[in-house]
Amino acid sequence: MIAFNKYYNHFNVLSSALIIISLLLLIFKGLNFGIDFKGGTLIELRSNDTKINVSSLRDKFSQMNLGDVSVKKFGSDNDFLIKFENKDNKKNIIEEIKVNLDKSFGNNYDFRRVENVGPKVSAELLKSGVIAISLSLAIMLIYIWVRFEWQFSLGAILALFHDVIVTLGVFSLFSLEINLSIIAAVLTIVGYSMNDTVVIFDRVRENLRKYSDIKIFELTNISINETLSRTIITSATTLLALLAIYFFGGEILKGFSLAMILGVVFGTYSSIYIANTVLVRLRVSQKTVLREDDSK
Amino acid sequence: MLYFSKLRIVFITIFSLLFVLIASSNLFKFDDSFFDKKINLGLDLQGGSYLLLEIDNEPVIEQKLQNLTTTIRNFFKDKDIRINNIKIDKQNIFFNVSDENKQQVIEIFEDENSEINPYYPRFKSHQLEIEDTGLNLKINFSRQGLINLKTSSQDQAIEIVRRRVDEVGTNEPNILKRGNSRILVELPGLDDPMRVKSLLGKTANLTFRFVTQNEEDRFGVEKLEFEDGSEEAVVSKRIIISGENLLDAQPKMDTQNNQTIVSFTLDRVGAKRFGKATSTGIGKQLAIVLDGKIISAPVVRDTIASGAGQISGGFTFQSATDLALLLRSGALPAPLEIIEERTVGPDLGQDSINAGMIALSIGFLLVIIFMFVKYRFFGLITNVTLIVNLFILLGVLTLFEATLTLPGIAGIILTVGMAVDANVLIFERIKEELKDETNNILAFDGGYTKSRTAIIDANITTLLAAIILFFMGSGPVKGFAVTLGVGIFTTLFSVYFIARLFTSLYVAKNKNNGKLI
Repeated sequence: MIAFNKYYNHFNVLSSALIIISLLLLIFKGLNFGIDFKGGTLIELRSNDTKINVSSLRDKFSQMNLGDVSVKKFGSDNDFLIKFENKDNKKNIIEEIKVNLDKSFGNNYDFRRVENVGPKVSAELLKSGVIAISLSLAIMLIYIWVRFEWQFSLGAILALFHDVIVTLGVFSLFSLEINLSIIAAVLTIVGYSMNDTVVIFDRVRENLRKYSDIKIFELTNISINETLSRTIITSATTLLALLAIYFFGGEILKGFSLAMILGVVFGTYSSIYIANTVLVRLRVSQKTVLREDDSK
Repeated sequence: MLYFSKLRIVFITIFSLLFVLIASSNLFKFDDSFFDKKINLGLDLQGGSYLLLEIDNEPVIEQKLQNLTTTIRNFFKDKDIRINNIKIDKQNIFFNVSDENKQQVIEIFEDENSEINPYYPRFKSHQLEIEDTGLNLKINFSRQGLINLKTSSQDQAIEIVRRRVDEVGTNEPNILKRGNSRILVELPGLDDPMRVKSLLGKTANLTFRFVTQNEEDRFGVEKLEFEDGSEEAVVSKRIIISGENLLDAQPKMDTQNNQTIVSFTLDRVGAKRFGKATSTGIGKQLAIVLDGKIISAPVVRDTIASGAGQISGGFTFQSATDLALLLRSGALPAPLEIIEERTVGPDLGQDSINAGMIALSIGFLLVIIFMFVKYRFFGLITNVTLIVNLFILLGVLTLFEATLTLPGIAGIILTVGMAVDANVLIFERIKEELKDETNNILAFDGGYTKSRTAIIDANITTLLAAIILFFMGSGPVKGFAVTLGVGIFTTLFSVYFIARLFTSLYVAKNKNNGKLI
């Protein structure tokens, strides 16, 4: 048996630190919103001419007076991702750009993807993204509240907040782009983290009913150990699948799979070191679950 | 938990095979229409354009209010009530009436059988609201009145958009209403949406009006620019004929001067009016105005009674074709703005499919190897279940002709990773049971029973997340929610029916061979 409970305090300090750092990052550095949430235009360009590179593209685009332009390599050496604000929301901007690029590069390039999100739409998308995440947290809270005693709910929700906040914190730290698929990833993380916590809690509750003489400090450790191989195997297979998406699923899914990978790692960690420690700190005992059983 | 009746085994087998068959219809062609279904590929996988258009209703409201002032004036004139100082300001109409008539006017507007202010019994609301500001009377559209106005302009606009898109001839466009002032246009397989975009961006409001020198025209005049911006002309506001009078419009080559023109034919009313105008207006310039700009202003030389005419204006063949198309499909009730556009080229779509399939195969392979190494025989059972699960998942998606997107493929891969969870929970529980239970059958039965609540809890949480995502997400992300959500059901089916069936058969056969797992 691994003595997870020996490190409860250490990891509580670490978790608190992670959450505080993440919150500070989110407040002061903020998130790098993509055009889905900020509005603007995105062009994925493929060239078949070595003359076309990041600096020549940056030159050309900055001459076109489009506001802030960012040009990056996208996956391979001849794919580029160009983003700009399109501040005046010009109508035929793509045509204009094509005409301009044709002059310098001829026909040696191709627009593989064009996305243009107006300011109204991006504001709505951001709003619905925030609503979706809040709603999912609220629904999980209700679900867990119906299924378990309040001490368990608190533990699960704290773990959930930790996972979401720290994942977003990492995105903020490395200025990774937040787009629609990241919202999808965050929601899936919410589901996964809950899933993981619930499996351990299920066992904690079962053991609470079984043993009256074991303190919660020990009992959580027993429960964690009993479910440990399941925790490891499930996170391992999920991570294997996600790594496959990350490395082979193409450039578009990179951010999504990275967020999920982080979420699964944090989710597994928090089920053990946040959710359970809440039970310990709230001094959950056999009475807690028996009282609930009586009232049902 | 381990007993399966013969009937149940047959049922499970048939059910699984059915979905495998449906899933395989994506690869082969079936004659039967039930089987010949295919998963739709989202625009991000097959390439194409997604355009979200917003109708700018301001001009429509302005126009309605403008018409309304005339109506109000005439309506109350018949009732011998004088309307003074009528004016429009910020979507409100203001006017004065004498104090003794005030109450009467308000009553007329608030009467449920009011002729001037339609009442919608279903919404318990009038079209217009009237308010006594003290200084004057204020009339504006009620909430419901505005909604009705927007809905009707959306209905007209979507019809015109459909006609224009159809004329361009893309395959299977998808044109849908969004809210009451937006239209969603999905154009699969369209590599270059520019032509469609420019066609949808034009209101195509065509009028024929005389150029006038007389600034005192009874109908009012306005100064309009020529389309090429070269000059301006003063044009009467009196409309001779408009786009509504056109029966047909076609691009043609004028053989006399080798110019591309648009020839048109008019309906009866239009032909009559055109004939009259051209007979009285010989020597005058007739301006052809499209969306507030003059295309050309030829001098009328002869009476044109045939109801056929032509527009010249230095067109290229392409621009003449487009103008003819716009005129045939009719004018939009209000200008449209493209507020969101997402276009994916077909080769990127194919690349995404390939990458998705490679990731799926590799992810699948890794999970399968992992499970086999970890559980040996029971890993094999899990793996077979996983394969069947994948087919059932694809089968369900096919059956409902769901749209598969790139995030949707990610959802399938993720399902593969998470699907083993239920089996792992069960197997681990069985292992625990076997610690103090020597009877294999009891231990397996106990493992299945005791792991059930955890499995159900775990899957419900993921399902809840998927449901929220389905309702809140848009486009490709919705595809992710679909595969993730459907994946949960197929996983539970395959774990509780297929894997359990295999397990029970194996356990029944080897129950006396010591610890089985």
